[in-house]
Amino acid sequence: MLSLQQREHRQAWVLLAPMLVVMFLLTAWPLGRTIWLSFTDAALIGSGGAPGYVGLENYLYALTDPDFQASILRTLWFTVVSVAIEGVIGVLVALLLNQRFYGRNILRVLVILPWALPTIVNAMMWRLNFNPDYGSVNALLTQLGIIDGYRSWLGSPDSALNAVMLADIWKNYPLVTLLVLAALQSIPDDLFEAARLDGASAWRRFRAITFPAIVAPLSVALVLRTIDAFKIFDIIYVMTRGGPVDSTKTLSFFVYQESFSYLRAGSGAAYAILMALMCGVLITLYMIMLLRQRRRSTANET
Amino acid sequence: MKRNLRTVLRYAAALLVAASILGPMLWLFLMSVSSTSDLTRVPLEWLPRQWDFSRYLRLVSLQPDEPGALFLHALWNSVLVACGATLISLLLAIPAAFSFSRYPGRDGWLFGSLAIYMVPPVAFVLPLYFVLQQVGLLNTHLGLVLVYCSLILPFLTWMLKNQFDALPRDIEQAARLDGLRFWQVLLRITLPLAKPMLGASALFGWLLAWDEFFYALLFTSNIEAQTLPVTIAGFTAGRATDDGLIAAVGILASVPPLFIAIWLQKTLVSGLASGGSKG
Repeated sequence: MLSLQQREHRQAWVLLAPMLVVMFLLTAWPLGRTIWLSFTDAALIGSGGAPGYVGLENYLYALTDPDFQASILRTLWFTVVSVAIEGVIGVLVALLLNQRFYGRNILRVLVILPWALPTIVNAMMWRLNFNPDYGSVNALLTQLGIIDGYRSWLGSPDSALNAVMLADIWKNYPLVTLLVLAALQSIPDDLFEAARLDGASAWRRFRAITFPAIVAPLSVALVLRTIDAFKIFDIIYVMTRGGPVDSTKTLSFFVYQESFSYLRAGSGAAYAILMALMCGVLITLYMIMLLRQRRRSTANET
Repeated sequence: MKRNLRTVLRYAAALLVAASILGPMLWLFLMSVSSTSDLTRVPLEWLPRQWDFSRYLRLVSLQPDEPGALFLHALWNSVLVACGATLISLLLAIPAAFSFSRYPGRDGWLFGSLAIYMVPPVAFVLPLYFVLQQVGLLNTHLGLVLVYCSLILPFLTWMLKNQFDALPRDIEQAARLDGLRFWQVLLRITLPLAKPMLGASALFGWLLAWDEFFYALLFTSNIEAQTLPVTIAGFTAGRATDDGLIAAVGILASVPPLFIAIWLQKTLVSGLASGGSKG
């Protein structure tokens, strides 16, 4: 005869088991297999024999590969710059949407649209906007007299990565805006009133009231964005395919090519694991934040 | 005076934001209804001389030699895979979220699932590819549905758990005292209470599947199972294609998510905060 507590305990596991088993089979197990693959010379297309064990060879090669190092730096640059700009624009637009003006509600809906647009459609849209023969970017800048002739934005190594970043920023700053705006709306108005009566300047009011209220959601948004930007693949695939001259070859694209264009599964797996480790740092950071937030909310309840 | 200036600046900023959001999207639409000769005119006149909706008609026609066959297949695959993956994920996520919420103490598993969901897909893709190949599920709806569960499940469990946490417990406790089993409590009391939020979370999961590209690109190879994003990317890879047609496909593929997002406005923020960022 089981005690009530043991029964409850067992029920909890029965309810959890299906989800955990499916997640294990689709994530933890493949991750383990990828680690195993990374110590072999497996090919993507079966070469007849079983893959041979090569020890740390793939990793030693990866860590001394200048192309891979360039790709890491490129990805970090893309991530840091895009996310920083998304943070700034995102907060500014959130502050604007928190003001009272005519048409505010329409603008609040508009800001959702870039976020909702499918990633691939966004990439294709910007590819067409940047089209060298009839893109809107060329037409607009020429007609405003900013540039004197049509340019091939995605075809030149100097501007391709910036064009990709623009596409990423346009689509993703709304995420920051939406999360920050939600926090802004929860600040009671009388706080500002009281501060104003006390003669606090606008900057002072921002520092003392607004900023403390948005700092938590803003950091969540920025960490989420950083993780996503680090993994960037779809936009690169559609807009530039990593070109021209590898100038937009970010990590995900690098690993994808190693495994699926050059068919080197073993070495592709090693690159993938190295990339996952870099991501792991960011994910850990996000988890710490989530735990902190939860602790704060349970502390508030008691 | 100072006040007027602030108002003017505010409206200027609002107009700038609106224009920067709508501009690129309007251009996509204009491309889909303009002739090539209108588009290549320099300086560009922006509005087409002749509004031409024929591309949309070609996309929804099943005539041979028309792009419609390709598009409609992809649309069907996308709908089927997104709905299938969402349904299976719901069935697994509801009991799991209920357990996390009502029997505390296993949060490590929840955080673990959420963490692994953020690991780059390149770290899973090779073994999944080999397994799908071995069991003959490459280029099938079922193969994609299964893989997509790994994206939707952790996210959905997390969102549902937060919703269950917010529900009152006293009715449930009373029902338990009346002798209802725990799964009866879940089905008869908790779920009806959580219903409005359940739909929103499911739609969120659906959007994640609708948007996914990487796995779909690698696990499908032709119209049998190719989803819309893969078809669109395939179109853009072609050299001598009609860009206006690609734009039209893009517009059509964006209609469902745009409507869902506007409809979800209220619950959007909680979903975003739990990592449903569709980056």
